[in-house]
Amino acid sequence: MASTIRVRATLSGETTEVQALIQHPMDSGFVKDAKGEIIPPHFIQQLTFEYDGKSVFAADWGGGVSKDPYVKFSFKGGKKGDDLKVSWIDNKGATDTTTAKIQ
Amino acid sequence: MTITHDGFSATRRLILQGAGAVALIGLGNIAFGLAPALAAANDKYPEDAFKQKSEADAIKALYGKTAEASDKVKLDAPEIAENGAVVPIGVSTTLADVTSISFLVSENPNALVASYKIPAGTVPSVANRIKMAKTSNVIVVVEAGGKLYSATKEVKVTVGGCGG
Repeated sequence: MASTIRVRATLSGETTEVQALIQHPMDSGFVKDAKGEIIPPHFIQQLTFEYDGKSVFAADWGGGVSKDPYVKFSFKGGKKGDDLKVSWIDNKGATDTTTAKIQ
Repeated sequence: MTITHDGFSATRRLILQGAGAVALIGLGNIAFGLAPALAAANDKYPEDAFKQKSEADAIKALYGKTAEASDKVKLDAPEIAENGAVVPIGVSTTLADVTSISFLVSENPNALVASYKIPAGTVPSVANRIKMAKTSNVIVVVEAGGKLYSATKEVKVTVGGCGG
């Protein structure tokens, strides 16, 4: 199955800029469907980025993050061709992981 | 599922109320020391903070202290968001020793939207997209050197992102 995570890591100078886009409904649990029934909460709770065995960025998310969430950050270091590992886990226990090469 | 989940969390909140902040900080420190075998399970998810209705309670549940406004925290948000379901918000800061950055929306059903951990070596600048129920203040809290600094901006929303 195709990964839910699309990530681009670009080295420029001494920092690596990371942009990630994840496919996820991010239902907050406050929205009702067409029948007036509440759509149960279903959102990513934790998202982590690892480089060289170390965490470089970690997110704790609530239901207030937009559907198909996007996040951008930068870290110092990183080498072209090295792997950046991205993982998430949602409130139902589902997870996904991908690795991207730093460009 | 929704009903049982809510009931559970209400009891849980009562139990946790007293020692909650201390316990969260304690667990966080322990988790940081462990090898990142499964990164997602390493740091405890601050569930209690995400359940709080007001931004003040959420900040207290998350950090156990209050934030002071600082002009060193730059909040990049639109004046008017046409679609409250997708509001691009970014933050950067010139503060040193930043360890975490959190985003809150005061009029959302649960104020806390996202909280990011910034390890040493990571640039204290984050951009993401959040949902806003209606016109509201967006608050960004930056934890730097053990203290909390915040920036606030009102974003007008023409179509809410959390309503039914």
